[in-house]
Parts: sequence; C-alpha cells; structure tokens
Amino acid sequence: MMLQLSGVHAHYGPIHALRGVDIDVQVGEVVTLIGANGAGKSTLMMTLFGQPRASSGRVVFNGEDITALATHAIARRGISLVPEGRRIFPRMSVLENLQMGAVLGEPANFAIDLKRMHALFPILEERGLQRAGTLSGGEQQMLAIARALMSRPQLLLLDEPSLGLAPLYIKKIFQIIRELNRDHGMTILLVEQNAHHALRVAHRGYVLQHGRIILAGGGRELLANPEVRAAYLEGGHAATAA
Amino acid sequence: MALALQQLINGLTLGAVYGLIAIGYTMVYGIIGMINFAHGDIYMVSAFIAVTAFTALSMADISSVPLSLLLVLLVAVLFTSVYGWAVERTAYRPLRGSTRLAPLISAIGMSIFLQNMVQLTQGARVKPIAPVLVGGIDLLSVDGFTVRLAYSQILIVLVTVALMAGFTYLITKTSFGRQQRSCEQDRTMTALLGINVDRTISLTFMLGAALAAVAGVMVTVYYGVVDFYIGFVAGIKAFTAAVLGGIGSLPGAMLGGLIIGLIEAFWAAYLSAEYKDVATFAILILVLMFRPSGLLGRPEVEKV
Repeated sequence: MMLQLSGVHAHYGPIHALRGVDIDVQVGEVVTLIGANGAGKSTLMMTLFGQPRASSGRVVFNGEDITALATHAIARRGISLVPEGRRIFPRMSVLENLQMGAVLGEPANFAIDLKRMHALFPILEERGLQRAGTLSGGEQQMLAIARALMSRPQLLLLDEPSLGLAPLYIKKIFQIIRELNRDHGMTILLVEQNAHHALRVAHRGYVLQHGRIILAGGGRELLANPEVRAAYLEGGHAATAA
Repeated sequence: MALALQQLINGLTLGAVYGLIAIGYTMVYGIIGMINFAHGDIYMVSAFIAVTAFTALSMADISSVPLSLLLVLLVAVLFTSVYGWAVERTAYRPLRGSTRLAPLISAIGMSIFLQNMVQLTQGARVKPIAPVLVGGIDLLSVDGFTVRLAYSQILIVLVTVALMAGFTYLITKTSFGRQQRSCEQDRTMTALLGINVDRTISLTFMLGAALAAVAGVMVTVYYGVVDFYIGFVAGIKAFTAAVLGGIGSLPGAMLGGLIIGLIEAFWAAYLSAEYKDVATFAILILVLMFRPSGLLGRPEVEKV
C-alpha cells in the first residue's frame, strides 16, 4: 500500500473540515475523490502535507508515518501536488517554474525530464522564457502539472485540475492523467468536482461529503450508482448540500 | 564645477554604502513582508567587528593593506552573518504567523538591544582606528580647490560594483536565487516542492547581514571612526533608499542607494551640511505620499 489515511480529522480555522477520513491508494492506481464544493476535498490534499496538520488520525506513506513531518519533508518522500488554483510562480519564467519543480530531482536528470515535459506539453517549450503569470489558465495548468512531474514523484496528487478550464483543455488533462498512469505506471490521487470525467479515468473512487467518506467503490461502479448519479452527475452539486 | 565633481565622487561612495545596506531591507521585506528595523544595527555591529579586527591585526604586526583588508572583510562577514541569523531565529521566527505588527515591534526591540549591547561592551565614545588606506589621486585643481579621489573611495565603489554584480547573478541565475524568489511569491507552494522555507529565510537574513558587513568595513576604512549610534542613521537612510527604489526590488535598492547618496552629497555642498539628513527624510515622506511603490517597485495591487 502506498498511501493510507486512517481516521484523519482536520480543522481549517474554526471549521471541522475532515471528520475521520479513511482512504488508501495502492501502487499503480488512479484513485479519485469526488464531492461538492466545501466537502473537504482540498483540505484533505493539504492535510497530507501538514497544512493544516491532522488533529487526529494517521497518514502513512510507503509504510512510514508522515503525519507529523514538515511540509517540505513530506514532499521529499516522493509526493508531488498540483494544487487547487495551480499556484504557479507568476513572476518567474516558465522554465524557472520547471526548475523549481526539479529542486528535489537529480541534476543529471533535469535535461531529460525537461525534454519529456516539452514533448508532453509543447506550449511550455514555446513559452519557456515568458513570465508564467502571462500564460492562459489552461497553459498554467499544464505548467503546474509539468512542474509537479519534474521531481519524478512516486505519488501525484491533482487538486481540481479541470476547474475553470475550456473543454479542450479538460479533455487534454484527463488524457494526460490516463497516459501517465497507463504508460508510466504513475500512481495518482485525483480530487475533482467533475465527477463524470474523474470516475471514468479512475480505478477506484471515494465520495466525500461534509468531511466524511460516504461511499467507496470502483470507478465504473460509482459512475453507475444512482445516488452518485443524482448528486454529482445529473443534478449538479448544489442538490447534495443537505 | 570642481566642487560638483568632488561631490559626485563623494555621493557615489556614500550611495554605494547605502545601496549595500538597502539590499538587506528589500530582500527581507520581499521574503517575509516585514521591515527589519534592526538591520542598520547589524551594520553597526559589523563596523565594530571591523574595528576590533583591524586593531588585532595591527597588534599582530600584519601591515600589508590588501591582506588585512581581506582578513577583516572575512571576519566581519562571517560574524555579522551569524548575527543576522541569530536575530531572525530569536526575534522574528517565533512570531511568524502572528500579526503583521508583532515582528515589527520585535525588530525595534532588537535594534535597541543591539545598540545597548554595543554601548555597554564597547563604550559610548567614538572609537577610532589607525588609518588603513590613505592617499588618493588628485584629479584636477581649479582656483586652489583640488578634486581628490581617495583610494578608499575607489575601493568602496569597486567592491560594491563587484558585490552587486555577483549578487544579481546569485538571485537571478542560481537555484538558491530561484528558491528565494519563489518564497517571495508563494511560501506554501515552495514548501510543497520540497524546499525548506525556514532555511531559505535564514539564508536571506544571513546574506543581507553579509552585505551590511561589507558596508560596515568599508565605512570604517573610509571614516576611520565608529560609534554605537551609526546604525540608526545609516539604517534609516538605507531604508529610505529601499523605499525610493521600490521596496522588494533589488535593482531598486541599488538605484535608491545611489540617488540618496548623491542627493545627500550635493545638498551638503550647496544647501546646508548641518541639515543634510533632512533631505533624506523629506524624500522618504514624499515617496510614501506620492509614489509608495517607488521607482522600480511593483504596484501594491496586483492582477491575479
């Protein structure tokens, strides 16, 4: 087992955002976590990195308890995050953003990895010296993904990668997720509001509501589940609030 | 004309020193968003370290000027960096995540502490050193007024130019420089990439202190005297330089230092030497009123 969360609680200011979450991710899997806005999805991602730190429960990565480690130490274990809102460094060039992603990597691998990213996202080569803040939203998302991959992580976390993007980019992003997993064996934990796309690409999925896992199962299985269909696929997100 | 040329030389020398100190203000502001009011006193401490080191070297009968300068620079940079590190570690880091005002008050406290520490241990009187670098080049003489370029002025300008070039390279081209800049833009994201942000902040303080240390040694060589209060005035002037250039901007700090040095030199020559500090403070007030983002700074409101 690569990643295991057991009984994780987390508070975000006064909000009790996670109320005993148990999830696990096996090597080579794509696991998705779906849920409405405010269900605690992003908090869960950040809690893996100790921001905020879990108030109780355990996070175990490759057999090691990482619950209490510093954020940078957790990243150094081989976990890489594409955060919500992308958080690229806007006043640095595209190339510099990629160099930042490679800080943990072997210097000898940099040229190879850069070439790989350029092959995956040609726009990043074209715009290499441009300030990252001037890229379009979709391009910034590509950059955020490439930056996360530059450290050759064992586990890739993606937080709402399709949020606010044009349909063309959404398609491209899910295609890349599929390719990374199928062709490179990348283990991926994907947080999404776009349940339809996420469940189709994932081996397994969890449904998070009000900080609790209320459903778990295979991707196809959840996709066919009438509750999931009603709440996340046909009716939209607002209907699940109660 | 001759007087103007002389003041140009003096102003550039002063400006180089202010610029070196201003970099420390602007870098620390950039990375943690606070004005390190103890930075001027770090510079003062380095001047005292320089005095001690020069005295020790003359007692050890080391008379080679380049050798003693090099040794004093090394000692001052080393010890002053440790001061910079310790100030951040004890007075600012425990307050990270608290209100914006708390580290500012702590900085003022640290400034008073350093002044008093030096006053108590070194005495309140002005401390002189034996002249280190004497002489200069007489450039021209008009009506009995000789324009003189002192060797110490050449040294200050050359060392400053070299340091600023090296420093610009460090910040724009190296991995540490990128980490420093990424911390400025998004500290959490920088940590998520596996970078120890606390360490980067510590190094930033140490670098700022090291540059202030060079300024402290240079001023000791230039004026030959130090006292425990020099950090306050130089600190506020360098702070004004950083604000004028655009706080957070490195080229801005260098440019601001140069402008403040030149204005001060010309003001002293043509208007009033007694009121030369007024010029600097007037600039500080005017910039804050009419152009708070400075000459090269980014406007406060940024498009996201």
